[in-house]
Amino acid sequence: MALNLSVSPDFPPTHLSGWFIFNTWLQRQLGEGVHLELYDSFEQQREDIRAGKLDLIYANPYDASMLVRELGFKVLVRPRNRADETVIAVRADDEVTCVEDLAPGLKVATTADPDVHIMGMIMLESADLDATNVSFKELDSYVLVAKALLNRDADAGFFLKAGFEELSELVRSKMKPLVSSQISVVHHTLVAGPRMQAHMDTLTDRLVNMEHDPKGIPVLKSMGLDGWDVMEEEQTEFMIDLIDTLVD
Amino acid sequence: MSEQDTAAAREVLIKYFDGTERLASIVDQEVPYPDGKLIVSRTDPQGIITHANRAFIEMSGYTREELIGTNHYILRHPDMPAVAFKDLWDTVAQGKKWQGYVKNLRKDGAYYWVKATVIPNIRNGQLVGYTSVRRKPSRSKINESEALYATLR
Repeated sequence: MALNLSVSPDFPPTHLSGWFIFNTWLQRQLGEGVHLELYDSFEQQREDIRAGKLDLIYANPYDASMLVRELGFKVLVRPRNRADETVIAVRADDEVTCVEDLAPGLKVATTADPDVHIMGMIMLESADLDATNVSFKELDSYVLVAKALLNRDADAGFFLKAGFEELSELVRSKMKPLVSSQISVVHHTLVAGPRMQAHMDTLTDRLVNMEHDPKGIPVLKSMGLDGWDVMEEEQTEFMIDLIDTLVD
Repeated sequence: MSEQDTAAAREVLIKYFDGTERLASIVDQEVPYPDGKLIVSRTDPQGIITHANRAFIEMSGYTREELIGTNHYILRHPDMPAVAFKDLWDTVAQGKKWQGYVKNLRKDGAYYWVKATVIPNIRNGQLVGYTSVRRKPSRSKINESEALYATLR
């Protein structure tokens, strides 16, 4: 039976083809068939994870927590220099200059990306804003979050920093970031499930060496990554503990 | 910044629960919490600091070397009532998450307010320490906490 690879739905669409190229590279390394299953919905992906359908997942930090602590997955590696940070932005012509200027009744454009949403809400706390006095418009992508903001369908937007930076210069010039998180230890990880057990050591070695392998370098580039770093078990546990402190 | 800030310095003898004490210089001056940052530290089960992130070092005013190996109570401000910390320890001792507003003492005697969350770190069923993550509190919560803690000291 083929193994199944999946990617957290928050990956930048510009790197979609990169994950197909990575899947081909992966099959060569493992000598086995691997099917790449992509999702638009975080919840649909989680259902399939819980149903045991996925074996290797490029997971966002929130889902990595569930995968490791509840489902016995193991984190193999993390992408180098790719911490997940959150930006809260408003329209460039808005009078507000800091989070504390935002007032109850705020309309927030957000995505179902759990880490970004949680961190966005944490950064609103300093203005006494929470789910009881803020309304949300949940959208499928950061492009749509920006669009809602610029069309005045929302007052503020939550963005994955990398997603914000990938917007066109024109769109970004019409927005004003109020705050950007600087956590640096929360990031996506490549997480392997029980059916990957026999491959874990080999795959970790190959992933770490990808940046030195002439055939691996273009694959990394197509995914927009610099390389992979090994995640020790305690580093994983630390990241999950940290996320636990942020989730109510 | 609190309306009560005078930037005046005073010497205060701080007594800790383990019987030790230190004479600290207290300056009534608030250092604003930096936007977007989380202060992260970890301790062993006895409260000895084993990890401090950069934001913790910057806000506390101590070097990493000074923090690692020191009891976390070095940050305790004398304006904080002992009962708040008792609640913290009673809660985490039951394996639960604790959350509260804390006035922290910097090395230079000034202070900063945080919204703190502390969780026990469990590995293979054993308690190996605690992780504490602090974030920016709202001014209204600081004011409420100041008023409440003044009645509990």
